[in-house]
Amino acid sequence: MTAQEEKVTTLAELPEPIARFIDETRDRPNADSYLVAVLQMIQKHFGYLPAGALNTVSQKMQIPAAKVTGVATFYHFFTFVPKGKHTVSVCMGTACYVKGAGILVDRLKDLLGIRQIGHASKDGQFTLEVARCVGACALAPVLIVDDKVYANVRPDELPKILSKYGFKPKAE
Amino acid sequence: MSTTENEVTLSIDGIVTKAPAGSTIMDAADSVGIKIPRLCYHPHLSILGACRVCLVEVEGQRNPVASCAYPVADGMKVRTSSNQLRRLRRDVVELILDSHPKDCQTCERNGNCELQKLSYDLGIRERLFEGERKQPPKDLSSPAVIRDPEKCILCGRCVRVCNEVQGVYNLSQHQRGFQICVAPAHEGDMLNSVCVQCGQCANVCPTAAIIEHSATDEVFKALEDPAKHVVVQTAPSIRAAIGEGFGFEPGTPATGKMISALRTLGFDRVFDTNFGADLTIVEEAHEFIRRLKNNDRLPLITSCSPGWIKFMEHFYPELIPHASTCRSPMTMLSVLLKTYYAEKQGLDPKNIYVVGVMPCTAKKYEARRPEHADANGVPYTDAVLTTRELIWMMKTFGIEFKHLHDGDFDNPLGFSSGAADIFGTTGGVMEAALRTAYETVTGQPCENLDFVEVRGVEGVKESKVKIGDQTLNVAVSNGLQNAKRLFDRVLKGDKKYHMIEVMACPGGCIGGGGQPYPPPGLHIMDAKLLRMRAKALYAIDHHKQIRKSHENPYIQQLYKHYLGEPNSPKAHELLHTHYEAKLPRGTR
Repeated sequence: MTAQEEKVTTLAELPEPIARFIDETRDRPNADSYLVAVLQMIQKHFGYLPAGALNTVSQKMQIPAAKVTGVATFYHFFTFVPKGKHTVSVCMGTACYVKGAGILVDRLKDLLGIRQIGHASKDGQFTLEVARCVGACALAPVLIVDDKVYANVRPDELPKILSKYGFKPKAE
Repeated sequence: MSTTENEVTLSIDGIVTKAPAGSTIMDAADSVGIKIPRLCYHPHLSILGACRVCLVEVEGQRNPVASCAYPVADGMKVRTSSNQLRRLRRDVVELILDSHPKDCQTCERNGNCELQKLSYDLGIRERLFEGERKQPPKDLSSPAVIRDPEKCILCGRCVRVCNEVQGVYNLSQHQRGFQICVAPAHEGDMLNSVCVQCGQCANVCPTAAIIEHSATDEVFKALEDPAKHVVVQTAPSIRAAIGEGFGFEPGTPATGKMISALRTLGFDRVFDTNFGADLTIVEEAHEFIRRLKNNDRLPLITSCSPGWIKFMEHFYPELIPHASTCRSPMTMLSVLLKTYYAEKQGLDPKNIYVVGVMPCTAKKYEARRPEHADANGVPYTDAVLTTRELIWMMKTFGIEFKHLHDGDFDNPLGFSSGAADIFGTTGGVMEAALRTAYETVTGQPCENLDFVEVRGVEGVKESKVKIGDQTLNVAVSNGLQNAKRLFDRVLKGDKKYHMIEVMACPGGCIGGGGQPYPPPGLHIMDAKLLRMRAKALYAIDHHKQIRKSHENPYIQQLYKHYLGEPNSPKAHELLHTHYEAKLPRGTR
């Protein structure tokens, strides 16, 4: 089976509360409109929207799969790649950007081996995100790991910060 | 002018007219002969209002409105042309062009592209906006249709036809803003999806964003290969539509000219899929009679339409036991060409190259199904061309279609009864099967051969037919959304039928996904166009001496010398197939 075939045919089991929610809303008026709520629940549970779960939603709600993925890709909130254990967000607001946030992002990509924003490192430890202005411009550039804020971050500090979360730098 | 409750009076460009309440400004303008430019609008699909080309001015409104979506109101004053509107429409199309390739000369739709024509009509002579261009890759996965998102203008017609007419719901817009892309689920490809390959999306696409997956290169290559014995077979509905490609009025039968043109192209033998159709009827009628006697797996469902077959496998796998096991007429004939014909002619089947000319993109998919390949995995049908591709091949060969004399098919696989010709239109397979079933069951000649209740382009037709002491309930549907409605009733147990004919495309094969783009003023799915094409086939049937499949003398010979009885083990081995439930499952 090719990767594409697997992606479109796999049916993943939904967590019980989500399956129950679909069953409960099935006979309500405009039952299709619960799709976004269901997608939110799935993302909350898995950290992302697994393809197999989307296929199951399509079958269980009898909403065409193309519609389900069409809706899911419309919203920036939804993501289709697994999340790492920790989320590293770089503020890319104007102030942070002029103070070198772009360099931080590039350095983090290198360190974590992440090619694309929103993706996770191979070991599943870190997801790299960028944030719009977090409202802490005086501290620019700002880095947020999970919910801890780091201020005035310099690129050479990154390995040290990450090591608090289990990051092991490659031997130079 | 007085106005009733269901009618409003409005003025369009100073013409005072009445229009039904709830209709749109565009409808009202059409009714007084004012043609407002349009792009995403299609008369047989829902209103989307996506392209903003059909803007008009309504007195009292601050901004122009989209006339395809704006309802009429009593006392409304509409202007459909002004300098401001001209500029606006031109700018709207210019902005669409900004994200469109500049390859008109080499594009498949050159000359019949709606975007190209509209750009010219609106006076776009220069491309003033030069912005970022999306360059998404083509989807070449399906043997039936190619999706080229770079040429997509997001009019949504393919999405609408797939949802509303075919009930397949394979396509949807994904992402947002500049990144929007029409694609199957998971932004995947057309092969690994619930796509039934029917090609209706290609029929309604205004540009070349969805077109058939061309096989013309392979066919030209085979024709040039002296080692290959290249035979062609043409489906019943080709003769009713091919003339349109050469300026004939729709519904002009062009069998003879088509045959002559095929010979000019260099095909070694020109056979008729109709022969396969006659054979299908004999096999299917006997299958039906056997099931009827044993009250086994009724209703019997026809299996000629490859779009319907794939649809059943994804959407209604529980119906698989009911489907006739008969291969389609095309594949039956292809099998015979590489067995019976090869033996008779002393040819090595390896050197026979079979080309099917079909009104259908799904036949390209059918030809590639492993069920329809020989023991070495070589497909029985080597290549499938659509009517459109054949027309182009003839044109590129410099064939003057109008001046050709009328040729004849080669025998024995080119002779057919009138029952085979009507296969090309909805209800035709049913009618042909009834003619043969009637005589086989009763042993009496069928007096009235025209089963008119199953004719016509309505979505679902029903009829009661008396055969001997039994009254049979039969149903005929065309367009898969109609098939869905029919089978939902059947599966609920509301309706009991003995036999059901299903054609995937609206109107049957005459409205297939590979048929010529209709001439100006007509649209694919227009009842008028479909009736014109159907009329050609009924006329051919009417004028034939032999109008019942089992009376085709070459079919009788084939059974006598080669197959034995209908449904014999040999017939089963060569002419029947099987189906399997396919993933992903569709939604009903």
